[in-house]
Amino acid sequence: MTAALEIRDLVKTYPVRNAFGRVSGAVRAVDGVSFTIPSGGVYGLAGESGSGKSTIARMIMGLTEPDEGDILIDGVSVLGQGERAKVQMVFQNPGASLNPRRTVGQSIKVPLVAHTYQGDRKGRIGDLLDMVQLPRHFADRYPHELSGGQKQRVAIARALAVSPRLLVLDEPTSALDVSVQAKVIDLLEELGRQLGLTYLFISHDLSLMRNFAQTVGVLYLGKIVETGPVARVFERPGHDYTRLLLASVPVISTEEAAMRPVIPLINGEMPTAEDLMALRAGLNPKETAR
Amino acid sequence: MTALLSVQGLSVSFSTYGRTAEVLKGVSLDVPQGAQVALVGESGSGKSVTMKAIMGLLPQPPARIHAGKIMFDGRDLLTLPERERVALRGTAMSMVFQDPMSSLNPVWTIEDQLTTILKYADRRLGRDRDRRGRRARVIEVLSQVRMRDPERVAQSFPIMLSGGMRQRVLIAMALLSEPRLLIADEPGTALDVTTQAQILKLLRDLVEAQGLALLMITHNLGVVRETSNYVYVMNKGEIVEEGPTAGLFAEPRQQYTRDLIAAVPRLTGRVAL
Repeated sequence: MTAALEIRDLVKTYPVRNAFGRVSGAVRAVDGVSFTIPSGGVYGLAGESGSGKSTIARMIMGLTEPDEGDILIDGVSVLGQGERAKVQMVFQNPGASLNPRRTVGQSIKVPLVAHTYQGDRKGRIGDLLDMVQLPRHFADRYPHELSGGQKQRVAIARALAVSPRLLVLDEPTSALDVSVQAKVIDLLEELGRQLGLTYLFISHDLSLMRNFAQTVGVLYLGKIVETGPVARVFERPGHDYTRLLLASVPVISTEEAAMRPVIPLINGEMPTAEDLMALRAGLNPKETAR
Repeated sequence: MTALLSVQGLSVSFSTYGRTAEVLKGVSLDVPQGAQVALVGESGSGKSVTMKAIMGLLPQPPARIHAGKIMFDGRDLLTLPERERVALRGTAMSMVFQDPMSSLNPVWTIEDQLTTILKYADRRLGRDRDRRGRRARVIEVLSQVRMRDPERVAQSFPIMLSGGMRQRVLIAMALLSEPRLLIADEPGTALDVTTQAQILKLLRDLVEAQGLALLMITHNLGVVRETSNYVYVMNKGEIVEEGPTAGLFAEPRQQYTRDLIAAVPRLTGRVAL
């Protein structure tokens, strides 16, 4: 069986310019990233700001061209193709990703028109609202009349409009209250089962990732430093950065607290990722000498 | 023992376009001297309005405080003359804001900004410090928030610092006036998770080392557990439940609190309910 999404050695470099606009170097925002998501699977990409997770999402969506590597959807390379109906995206902030001057129905209609949907558009919009468990008459409402959770449901309906295979979820619930988040996640799981959707779930929230993704990749400075089934990675993290991330999660129970790795403090303080790496790099030679 | 800060039956309403909304309906909470207390609630619960009422930052109108007392150190802040109220704010009680970029002046160096606050605090506390003394104090407070190169940071503009460093500057600012109560509004929410962990640890250490009282205002139950030993849960303008943090998390009594805790994803994976 072919994977729904396959990423091969993806590289994206951005030029670094000095104050006069001259190129003085390059930063490898994405540095040789590979992973595959089986059809119907949920792959979690965990990373902090600057890790390259949004750049990967943009390249999959065709909004940014990679420098090297390949992106295959259902075994077919999609590089160089413009519109990709098979992959759609749900953004972090539904307040900003919906046009405030369009009604919900008009917003959902945009992808139908862009991808020349031939059937009954009005009926399709109603069906999509059903799918995300919103009343059909919401089609006539404006975003400001909706709550955050409702707006995110509209964003999901819009992403589903052209029947994609793959949804890229970029922090889909981080702008929502925790009780609303739980409901949106339930909806995404339900839709995934019903429609056989494949998800690429991008988040910094490791607790949420543990509950939603099956496989996780931990991104640090453009590289996947650790990958594997989410239970294994979280229970027996193999990389220091994964350990630091897990140790940093604010948790609500003693069981979770006990699960967090113990990180050596530097001068009584939680180390930064760079510090921890430097510490290990400095310690390792000594350890091998012993 | 009486609490350092005691909010008693606080009711606040907002009037806009001829309509009135009851935003706080008799909120009561206590922050004893040196205690770490959290106020947790989802958006719209009224936690920020409570905080603003305590700090005296509620715009009136549209807000109207119609009942209640806010006792700080035995005095009711609501009946205090404006002059004395202003004198307390930023000296006896300080605030750490959420967004470190928009709370700092982009065209002033960190040292200039800290010095301004220090001059004000010194005036309130009747201290006399010369230029060199102020500079030394600024460097000292930057070291207290574990800033690695305090001299260099003092000369920096906010844009030259990372989000975590900016948040440290804000904490340093709050500490400058030697407050007895620190009110923290979602500190670290805008930061990466590893940076947030550093900031929370720093706050916890500082509060313990200096014997400050902390009122932590947050929507994140994990942050509540990491930073407080007593918690008030707020919903729709009311305190629905309160208790020692560990006990309340282990055995929530109210349905709202139970639902809220159940909605939090667990690092250990799914829990059977």
